[in-house]
Amino acid sequence: MTDLRGLYDELILDHNRNPRNVKVVEPATGTAEGNNPLCGDALALTLRQEGDVIADIGITFPGRKGCAISTASASLMTGAVKGKTVQEAEALFQAFHRMITAPDSQPVDEKTLGKLAALAGARRFASRTKCASLAWHTLHAALTNAAAPVTTE
Amino acid sequence: MTTTRVGPPAGPASAFDVDAVRADFPILHTTVHGRPLVYVDNAATSQKPRQVIEATDRYYAEQNANIHRGVYYLSERATAAYEDVREKAARFINAAEAREVIFVRGTTEAINLVASSWGRANLSAGDEVLVTAMEHHSNIVPWQLICEERGAVLRVIPMSRQGELLLDEARRLVTPKTKLLALAHVSNSLGTINPVRELAAVAHGWGAVVLVDGAQAAPHLKVDVRALGADFYTVSGHKMFGPTGIGLLYGRADLLEAMPPYQGGGDMIRSVTFAKTTYAPIPSKFEAGTPNIAGVVGLGAALDYLNALPWPAVMAHEHDLHDRAVVQLSEIPGVTIIGTAKHKASVVSFTMDGVHPHDVGTIVDQEGVAVRTGHHCTQPVMDFLQIAATTRASFAFYNTRADVDALVRAVKKVREMFA
Repeated sequence: MTDLRGLYDELILDHNRNPRNVKVVEPATGTAEGNNPLCGDALALTLRQEGDVIADIGITFPGRKGCAISTASASLMTGAVKGKTVQEAEALFQAFHRMITAPDSQPVDEKTLGKLAALAGARRFASRTKCASLAWHTLHAALTNAAAPVTTE
Repeated sequence: MTTTRVGPPAGPASAFDVDAVRADFPILHTTVHGRPLVYVDNAATSQKPRQVIEATDRYYAEQNANIHRGVYYLSERATAAYEDVREKAARFINAAEAREVIFVRGTTEAINLVASSWGRANLSAGDEVLVTAMEHHSNIVPWQLICEERGAVLRVIPMSRQGELLLDEARRLVTPKTKLLALAHVSNSLGTINPVRELAAVAHGWGAVVLVDGAQAAPHLKVDVRALGADFYTVSGHKMFGPTGIGLLYGRADLLEAMPPYQGGGDMIRSVTFAKTTYAPIPSKFEAGTPNIAGVVGLGAALDYLNALPWPAVMAHEHDLHDRAVVQLSEIPGVTIIGTAKHKASVVSFTMDGVHPHDVGTIVDQEGVAVRTGHHCTQPVMDFLQIAATTRASFAFYNTRADVDALVRAVKKVREMFA
């Protein structure tokens, strides 16, 4: 079960049980919805920018709660980008994207990614990388105020 | 074991020898993540016995030629093999005539053929097509497409939370406006065996025709299209131990004869001029182009295999697996069985409190257990039950009690991990 211990790390199980920043930020300067039609994961994201800084960010699960990987990833994402500038958040998104799409043999940039590195295990499961990426694509949409809901398909 | 045996040994119906059957399925003796494969995703697709694999190989190695127009030995032999399977398939579902059997890619294509060809000729503005709340998307979307095109209306027979159709509602919904009733013989996500015969009689009472999606029934039940009252019946080869990409559409001869072609091309014509083309009689009218000949030959081997099984004992065996899984899974804290109809095929869908089915699927896969997770192409069923998805184990005759136990052990591991 070593593979699974990597995927279902204690940090991920904890963030799945108790996702952080579950709230609707009001008033919001950016909102977006994310869907993974494959499994029905759905996420609504609200954030408030003050100048260039993401002053507050909240997530809710408008449908039924998603899988552990997508829920934990969303929770960890909010913690990672809160208080960061938009540029820093986008750089984290890029680093996360590199990690999750790289072959398993590639080293993980733990220095940049911090707690987010706990999700590296998802890249060994081709069907699960979308679960880990959903929150980040939704964040990107909220920051760029893209009109259409984000979908992993 | 000799290599000439074409099916499991005949024996007393009460003594179904599951080990002998398993010996015919090479993939059941492979490992996944270092563990013996426990394949319980048969509602998605079934595994293939070597008799099917060898028949397809032999076709390509010794018999391959295009059918119907060749005047040489190989082509005549390939044509005979192809048409033999049509006869065999007609007997398998108890069609009155072989020409009522059309070879298609699968159930999806069969339903699209009827919706497109029959629908275009028979549906007008204000007409109604009736489906049920538990249909697979492939028995919903083709009807939505043709209803939109023709200005017809799609109506839905509701079901109970246990997964049984509400027959009183069904009787109320069938009216003179109803032109066609399309329903699953067996639900793929809930396992419900629907009362097709009763519903078909109600529909016929108002002059509607009845299409039955038999994708999940043909691998598990004895199908008799005439006893059921099915005007159309659809079958997928790959779900009944045959190759992918081949299936059957049964249609009553008088209906098929009156329907316009679905696709144009070779083999479906009587004569072609630039001024006017006349069409071949059924079944050729609906088989444009070179068909999946190897698939048909493989399907024939699958039908032979199924015909040789001791059916009452096979059904009792599958029932035993279903009941064992339901009892043992229900004992795991937080597990809820989804689909508890009185009459069910060997499909066990369930949810687990606090754990998404995709997490269940990934974790049990590490134990070698292959289950389906998601909405199973029945999103309206998930919406009705207010769940996002389920984990689904679906058994075939080659599954064992040990497979059920491995599934249950793996699901218990999930429970521990998410305690």
